[in-house]
This record gives sequence, C-alpha cells and structure tokens, in this order.
Amino acid sequence: MQMQFGVEDMIEHVPMEDKRKSAAALDEARLRQQAIGVKLRQMFDEVVNEAVPDEFLEILRKAEPPKGER
Amino acid sequence: MSEPQVGRSPPDPVRDPAFKRELVTLIPHLRAFARTLTGDPTAADDLAQDAMMKAWDARASFQLGTNMKAWTFMILRNQFYSEKRRSWRQSQLDQEAAERTLVAVDDPEAPVALDELRLGLGMLPAEQREALILVGAGGFAYEEAAEICGCAVGTVKSRVSRARRALQAILEAGAYDRDGASAGDAMHAILADAERLSSLR
Repeated sequence: MQMQFGVEDMIEHVPMEDKRKSAAALDEARLRQQAIGVKLRQMFDEVVNEAVPDEFLEILRKAEPPKGER
Repeated sequence: MSEPQVGRSPPDPVRDPAFKRELVTLIPHLRAFARTLTGDPTAADDLAQDAMMKAWDARASFQLGTNMKAWTFMILRNQFYSEKRRSWRQSQLDQEAAERTLVAVDDPEAPVALDELRLGLGMLPAEQREALILVGAGGFAYEEAAEICGCAVGTVKSRVSRARRALQAILEAGAYDRDGASAGDAMHAILADAERLSSLR
C-alpha cells in the first residue's frame, strides 16, 4: 500500500513540477532571445544611422558620364 | 533574383536616375552589412563602395520591381568572399583585423552589452553569423537571406537557429574572449539594456 502511494505521489506531483519548470525555462529562453534580437538590431541600426561619408556620393557622381557624352 | 552581369551597363536616361536614387538609399544598409562581415570600419567602407559600384555597373541586369536591397547585399557578399579567396594571405590579414576590431573597444562609454554582443558574434562561424545578421538585424525573410547567401532556405533556417542558441550560450557563459577584464554577466547586461530600449520606444 505504501508503495502504491509513492507511485501515485509521483504521478500526481512530479510531472506537474517538471512541466512548470520547463514552461518557465522556455519563457526565460524566449525572453533572452528577444533581448539578443533587440541588441542585434540596435548594433546594425547604429551603423545604418551614421552619416554616409561624402566619398560614396562622389564616386557615384563620377561614374555617371557627363551629359555631353550621352 | 538574377545574378548581376559583369561589365558596364550602357547609359539609360530613363532608368538610371531612378536606379541611382534607390541605390543611394541603400548605402547606409550596405555599410552596416559590410561592417558585420569585415569587422573593420575602414575595410567595410571600401567593401561597401566596391559593392555600390558593382551594382551601378551591373544595373542593366537588375530587374526593376524586384528587391534591390537583397540584390545589392548579394553583390556585397560575393565581393567580400571573392576578395577573401583571391589571396589567402590577405584573408588572414582581414581575419586578424576583424578579430582586433571585434576585441578592441574604442569608446569606453559604449554600452557594455553591445561590446559583449560583438565579441560573441565574432566567435560564431562566418556562415552562422551572416545568416543571423541578415534575418535578425537586416530584416530579411529566410527566403531572401537564402538568395543572398546562395543556399537553401532550410540551410538558412538551421544556421540562424544554431547561431541564436550558440550566441546565447556564449553570452551566458561569458565565454567570449576579453583580455584582462572579467567576463561579467553579459546576458544580464543585454536583458537590462533591451528592456530599457523597449521601454523607450
């Protein structure tokens, strides 16, 4: 009888505890991945938001043939 | 998305101005992507300029109405890897420069979390890093990232997912290589910082 109680105890409580734990761990992992995502975008956007060096537009301007040559 | 054609495109007075306007709006994004590939701001701008000119020269092969951002990113990525292939010695130097920049922290006021993130990213294999950057920061769909990298969609998905798990593990373990200073708890700095950023939005 004692043995049976022990098994029931495990069925009733241990899996529930495991489920709660893994759900909490999943939430925490999701939160951490979201945080990493926010920082990744911030890192990328910092460069996107920098002023473009004049060189870029100068090079592109030079690449265009003068109007007379068309 | 068609491969850019080598060689110069003949002038097209109707299309060229529109193409150029769109290309100019993409320069900041090309610079950001180049920075993540080379890790070095000067080398990154050289790469971004080369890619911009390659795109301009190949403009006749670009199909109007398709995704020009993805097209130019593909050109930039091809350019980066073909330069690396051209000379092994040079690629070694690039790699060393990239590692120096990933480790070097120029601005002592820079938020700690971003430094740790850069160091952590630097530890990922190149193909995982670029996949994560394209999807996680560049805003590309898996399908677009697959075209840019010239691989299958499933490959991109698995690279991104492996990169995410590996990066999280690196940040949690403080396993990134930082000379002298203590590893600290990068994950907590990132969580706190991300929370602050989201509350500002």
